[in-house]
Amino acid sequence: MYGWIWKHLPGPWPLKALLALALLVAVVLVLFQWVFPWLEPRLPFNQVTVDEGTPTAGIVLPFVR
Amino acid sequence: MNPDDQEELRAALLTDIEGPQPVERSRGYRVRAVIRGIGEAFITVGALLLLMVAYQLWWTNVEASQAIAEERQEIEQAWADPDPGAVTPTPTGTPKPVTDKPLAEPLYGTGFALVYIPRLADHVWGLPVTQGTGKDVLAHGAGHYADTAMPGGVGNFAIAAHRSSHSEPFANFPDLQVGDKVYVRTQKVWYTYTLTHDDPNLTPTDTWVIGPVPGFPGSEPKKKLITMTTCTPRYGSTGRWAWWGELSGSRYVSDGPPDGIDPRVVPS
Repeated sequence: MYGWIWKHLPGPWPLKALLALALLVAVVLVLFQWVFPWLEPRLPFNQVTVDEGTPTAGIVLPFVR
Repeated sequence: MNPDDQEELRAALLTDIEGPQPVERSRGYRVRAVIRGIGEAFITVGALLLLMVAYQLWWTNVEASQAIAEERQEIEQAWADPDPGAVTPTPTGTPKPVTDKPLAEPLYGTGFALVYIPRLADHVWGLPVTQGTGKDVLAHGAGHYADTAMPGGVGNFAIAAHRSSHSEPFANFPDLQVGDKVYVRTQKVWYTYTLTHDDPNLTPTDTWVIGPVPGFPGSEPKKKLITMTTCTPRYGSTGRWAWWGELSGSRYVSDGPPDGIDPRVVPS
């Protein structure tokens, strides 16, 4: 895949390197701007709230401490 | 020269003589190409995972710090203090008793208070509190659980904030101690809560912790409480940690901040 991309970038190698870098930056930008923000709430990290909704008797614990 | 290069070179030479030639790929070449492809796929997946980690642990903090500063500015602008940064730190005369009723709950996503916790001052000094506890709200400060009391109200003023990522306001949550003060400022009133107890071993379904009388559903609230929740372990989300406190004082903003704190200067 990476070999294929390198082969299809135009120009001599310094230009290829520059274009490859630009491609990399573009990919990271797309990931940080759109993909990760979309993905994040779907992952089970960083949940800080107790679940809201109808408090049912079943989940009410006695008050200890 | 390795066999693959030899083949390519041969094809290139023949191209010069006889026009384009199909490159004869050996079986070895194809096997190597497949293995190379699999290897590259693994490397790509690894790089993506590392980038995701960088996003979570670093970039969300950068973004949230900015968002928190903007939210704070918005709230302060809405309050239109004569002295932005919040009024004389040295009160004069005897403060008037607060007779204002607690605020009504604002619309989802509206900031209405700033929180100052000396023990957590490096993260929680002018932390905006915004209505609601959606991820979008928690990305710029603390969120106020809907349908719980407002600052100074009878019942339970319940808020949540991140302990890791998104500027991690509650990063040092475990440092809190019984007796610590939590200052909540609304437009006109400073409310002082004093922490009474905590529970680090809660589960995400323990919604009783934010009830009007935590642990006693249905009973009539008489006290004015605060509840703060965050995740535990840090970077995880399997458990919840809550601190509770009770209102121990209130004064008008025009009488100066409580206990001589200076909201403009982060204590070290």
